[in-house]
Amino acid sequence: MSDLAVRSDGLSKRFGRQLAVDNIDLAVPRGSVYGFLGPNGSGKTTTIRIILGLAAATTGRVHVLGQDMPGSLRHVLPRVGALIEGPAAYPFMSGRANLLRMDAANPKAPASTRNQRVDAALDRVGLAHAGTKRVRAYSLGMKQRLGIAGALLMPRDLLVLDEPTNGLDPQGTREVRNLIRSLAGEGSTVVLASHLLSEIEQLCTHVGVMHRGRMVAQGSLADLRGLGRSRVRVLTPDGQMARTELLRFGLEVMADDGAAGGRNGVTVVGAELPDADPPPVEDLAAALVQAGVRLRGFEVQQETLEDRFVALTGEGFDVDQ
Amino acid sequence: MTSDVDSRSIAHAAPSRWAGALALLGSEFALLFRRRRTWAMLAALAAIPVLIAVVVSLSSQPPGPGEGPPFLDRVTQNGLFVSITALVVTIPLFLPLTVAVAAGDTIAGEAGTGTLRYLLVAPAGRGRLLLVKLASAAGFCVAATLSIVVAGSAIGAVLFPTGSVTLLSGDTIGAWEALGRTLLVAGYVALSLLGLAAVGVFISTLTVVPVGAMAATAVLAIVAQVLGALDQLAWLHPWLFSEHWLGFADLLRQPILWDSFAANALLQAGYVVVFGALAYGRFATKDVLS
Repeated sequence: MSDLAVRSDGLSKRFGRQLAVDNIDLAVPRGSVYGFLGPNGSGKTTTIRIILGLAAATTGRVHVLGQDMPGSLRHVLPRVGALIEGPAAYPFMSGRANLLRMDAANPKAPASTRNQRVDAALDRVGLAHAGTKRVRAYSLGMKQRLGIAGALLMPRDLLVLDEPTNGLDPQGTREVRNLIRSLAGEGSTVVLASHLLSEIEQLCTHVGVMHRGRMVAQGSLADLRGLGRSRVRVLTPDGQMARTELLRFGLEVMADDGAAGGRNGVTVVGAELPDADPPPVEDLAAALVQAGVRLRGFEVQQETLEDRFVALTGEGFDVDQ
Repeated sequence: MTSDVDSRSIAHAAPSRWAGALALLGSEFALLFRRRRTWAMLAALAAIPVLIAVVVSLSSQPPGPGEGPPFLDRVTQNGLFVSITALVVTIPLFLPLTVAVAAGDTIAGEAGTGTLRYLLVAPAGRGRLLLVKLASAAGFCVAATLSIVVAGSAIGAVLFPTGSVTLLSGDTIGAWEALGRTLLVAGYVALSLLGLAAVGVFISTLTVVPVGAMAATAVLAIVAQVLGALDQLAWLHPWLFSEHWLGFADLLRQPILWDSFAANALLQAGYVVVFGALAYGRFATKDVLS
């Protein structure tokens, strides 16, 4: 058995002339919470649809829970819970009736426990009291909760959640975050597609970043963050001396743009630590003091996931084509 | 979200294949008959025989022989003919229209609301879902016909004499047998609609816009009848699904002539097989992106 819950090899999907997914090798380790990142239109949802057998790959292979997809779809999908591109429900039926129907569609779901399981799922997403209400009367957040409940009808080995906190209020977002943590704690692998980088940073162990159909970075969250450089920020009235000293240690000193927050004769000197063999930062501080630089402040900043994300996918606001 | 119910301990043995298929079928019929639209269509269909019966009973002059739609002149003699007359009136347009709505909605409606993707990842199975949808469209054909017959028989029994009925062959049969014949005609009509229902389900797999599938199916029902009325196309007529739509008169003779029933059954079965296969060919490999 493979130690990857989801694996794709050279997966591509072409729509007409447009290559929506371009030769990606997805690797979601079992038991991980995998953050699937990418700007709108980068191919995340298409990839998810292929993983779940809704769309066929143009080229490449997909394995889910160690089995070939879509060949073993019948055996794989009962073990997978999914929220794909937002929830969907019949508006004229109650939330509970909707879940009963979704459960009836699963050939591996036992009818004898159906009511019990549906109630447990509603309870788990906080909809126990709204279960008999028609979905037409649900708020956006309630529909979202119902969608998550649909993914939890059976014990799942893999959960694929596309924007699970979309439309939720802050409490709901927190609850969903806790829910994902507890699901991961129970041993499920979770693939979490999201734009909310803070959410990914808080929840995920692994991250994959898509951009224009390609996987531009993939690995553990620590690895991905580690790829980014750390930088030091020095607050001092002796800007020039500090610069010289930092340069001596092989740091890339950033140009003084004057807008970095200096005030009252204090300048802010920023410098990036080199990738290879960076000097210990405490040595830097000591050397600065030794050189007679009056330190008003000294800090080391790890590049945030957001910095990393923007570095990988570009600054532009335009939707990818 | 405070529940500590562990779903792992609840789920155990998976149901058999048949139990799973029946569960989905049951859910499909629940879906069909939970919609207000379904009941509105059935009520509208039921209103036709009521309308006919009330108009005939209120008019001072009973319709003379050969006046109005076929069988109308017999309504005053026996209430059971209300149902038959109503079926004759509704089968060219009204019944096919409602069947087009029900059948055109089957797959396209699910795609339109987005529930199709959730059914497929459940996983309902594409072939299984299509069969269940065909069954639901067929179920609607039966329900539509029955609603006309039940409403017609009820209003006929209230407003007109019941009892023995004179058949087209001149023989007389008792009231219960007459009711049996009426149900037989209803069965014939429901069967006649199956071909159209299969065409509707096929069209429904081509689009994510249910209204488009409904309209296209309804248009085809009209086109088939127009073609059926053109003598120049006589060679085509045996292949039109509407060819035997009005051919149930033979069921009202003594003894019953089963020829048209058999020909119709064969034709409709052919349509169901061909368009069911086309629908499967399309649906089994379709990218579901809605």
